[in-house]
Amino acid sequence: MSKVTKNRLGTGLYIFGALLTAFSLIALAAGRRGALSLALPCIGLVLTVLGLYLNHSYHTRQGTARVSLYLLLVVGALIMVFPFYWMISSAFKTSAEMSIYPPTWAPRNWLNFENFRIALNTAPFEKYFLNSVMVTSASVAATAITTILAAFAFSRLSFPGREVIFSLLLSMMMVPFEMLVITNYQTIVRVGLNDTRFALVIPFTSSIFYTYILRNFFQTIPDGLYWSARVDGCTNWRYLWKVMVPIARPSLVTIILLNGLASWNSFMWPLLVIKTDANRTLPFGLYTFTTEVGSNNEQMLAASTVVVLPMILLFLFARKQIINGVARGGIKG
Amino acid sequence: MRVVMENLSKKFGHFTAVDDFSVTLEDGELVCLLGPSGCGKSTVLNMLAGILPVSGGKIYFDGEDVTDIAPEQRGIGLVFQNYALYPHMTVMGNICFPLEIQKVPKAEREARAEEMARLVHMDNMLGRKPKQLSGGQQQRVAIARALVKKPRLLLLDEPLSNLDARLRLEMREEIRRIQQETKVTTIFVTHDQEEAMSISDHIVLMKDGVLQQHAQPQALYNDPHNQFVADFLGNPPINNIPGTVSGGVFSAGPGAQLRLDDFRRVPEGAKVNLSIRAESFVVEDAPAPDRMSCLVENVYQMGKEEMAQLSFGAHSFRAYISSDYGLRRGDTVHLGLRSRGTFVFDLETGARY
Repeated sequence: MSKVTKNRLGTGLYIFGALLTAFSLIALAAGRRGALSLALPCIGLVLTVLGLYLNHSYHTRQGTARVSLYLLLVVGALIMVFPFYWMISSAFKTSAEMSIYPPTWAPRNWLNFENFRIALNTAPFEKYFLNSVMVTSASVAATAITTILAAFAFSRLSFPGREVIFSLLLSMMMVPFEMLVITNYQTIVRVGLNDTRFALVIPFTSSIFYTYILRNFFQTIPDGLYWSARVDGCTNWRYLWKVMVPIARPSLVTIILLNGLASWNSFMWPLLVIKTDANRTLPFGLYTFTTEVGSNNEQMLAASTVVVLPMILLFLFARKQIINGVARGGIKG
Repeated sequence: MRVVMENLSKKFGHFTAVDDFSVTLEDGELVCLLGPSGCGKSTVLNMLAGILPVSGGKIYFDGEDVTDIAPEQRGIGLVFQNYALYPHMTVMGNICFPLEIQKVPKAEREARAEEMARLVHMDNMLGRKPKQLSGGQQQRVAIARALVKKPRLLLLDEPLSNLDARLRLEMREEIRRIQQETKVTTIFVTHDQEEAMSISDHIVLMKDGVLQQHAQPQALYNDPHNQFVADFLGNPPINNIPGTVSGGVFSAGPGAQLRLDDFRRVPEGAKVNLSIRAESFVVEDAPAPDRMSCLVENVYQMGKEEMAQLSFGAHSFRAYISSDYGLRRGDTVHLGLRSRGTFVFDLETGARY
């Protein structure tokens, strides 16, 4: 067999086998059962491998590697996205549709907002939403300010014991949150803020971890910038806000987004300190709502969609910033 | 502005970076602080800027004691080795920044920034960010930013060492031109002797935190106060031939004697270095007591001249010889010495006789 025919045969077998595998797998997924539908993917796979063996040129190997990689990524993405899809699609189903077996892939009517209406009328979700927005923005704003100031002090100002204090702070990160909950709870109760929205903000106005990340970023900013600014008459305060903060913007955006996400989703702490319905945040409200509506899964999922949606939208818009910030922090910090 | 440094010293723990440093710089001069790495020249600059507090001594600007005055009140402009431009601001924003802090009205500060940009030939790039500029252009912007607030003193900390060789030459001339146009008193830190020689009115040469010599570039070269100054300046480096002086005769070993007037000043039996610049040799046709009889070890062609590797007694040295003589390996040559470029230093202390 000449080399050219061998290569051509290989390529042909490879493409045929790959297509056979793909189509028979789709058929299998679509519900065709039987000896043939099970055997076909296997035959296809064998043909693909055989084709690859006959023509294992750089091109085909490269192509196979790429296709396999993308297949893997697609599968991973589907696994990640599927629960969200299920949540959203179920939110549009009627209760009759929900109980069909086997479950349907899509609701019969994508414009069926009935579940949302019922859910939003049963519990004051708009109140929860407002609480969540208030608590999240207050804690994010406070954390951002304390983080910036602390990171500046630990990276730029020199004072006795700076490194010792910073090490002590870092060691605090080893204390699990569940342990802090006990002391935080006692403090909040003694201060008399139990069951208020302040109780949701005050313990979360600073973050050692974010301070650490930002300090590391600040340290990469050359000294020359600081001294140039000082010689030009810039005060520390002004230098921080006019030079350091704008330069650190990608890191800051990441910190703010991650912090906002954590704050928005926090559940355990509100569950402990909030009793009054009017002070509940979204995740906690959702939790009480689900216990109240019982087995009405479609309404529960409609409510969940409402809760999760703002964060998903935020992430989609700020995706690039978050990834940049994390990558940068990873390399430099 | 006249700058006076009086017995300036700086200690970092037990390490003395600058020791009893006294120099006076006249108004409108461009002065180079020259010295090897770690000699304390940047420390002196930082003390002048007010970035580092002094450990002892005084600094006067035009007679005013500024030793304990904050950097922003000294009226200085500062340019760092890495330019330290604000990466998030445009060229315009960078040059305007010092004026913005001084709350100069927007129209005025933009006019002044444009004027400065013109001075450094950057007026067609005002909208660019530092990242979009080459090293030399960033350097120009940094100088414009330092000059825009009309400082009394411009401090440049190794401003050329991040540039490639060609740009360095160009920026060196640029800095000289800008300095002469603005007539601002300028202090320029560098470890490159050639750079210092070519642009400065005066050179302050330092070693281990101690002032070695403060003179005009040519005087520094022709009249070094000690061995270090003679060694530091000049390319190729000055030739040092160690030996002993007795009765006005220098002896570098058997068969290597030399009688010079210079040696009369040297105490009897002193160990000295006879230091001769490579261009200070004159070829003579016959041996004499005041001529060195040397063996030619090697000859390197350098175009109009030849660089000869010669030996005097057991010591090798290099000399520029006109190619007219057609020296060859193994020849014996008799060299007279020009008084310019010939020095005698004490071998131990490095002091000049």
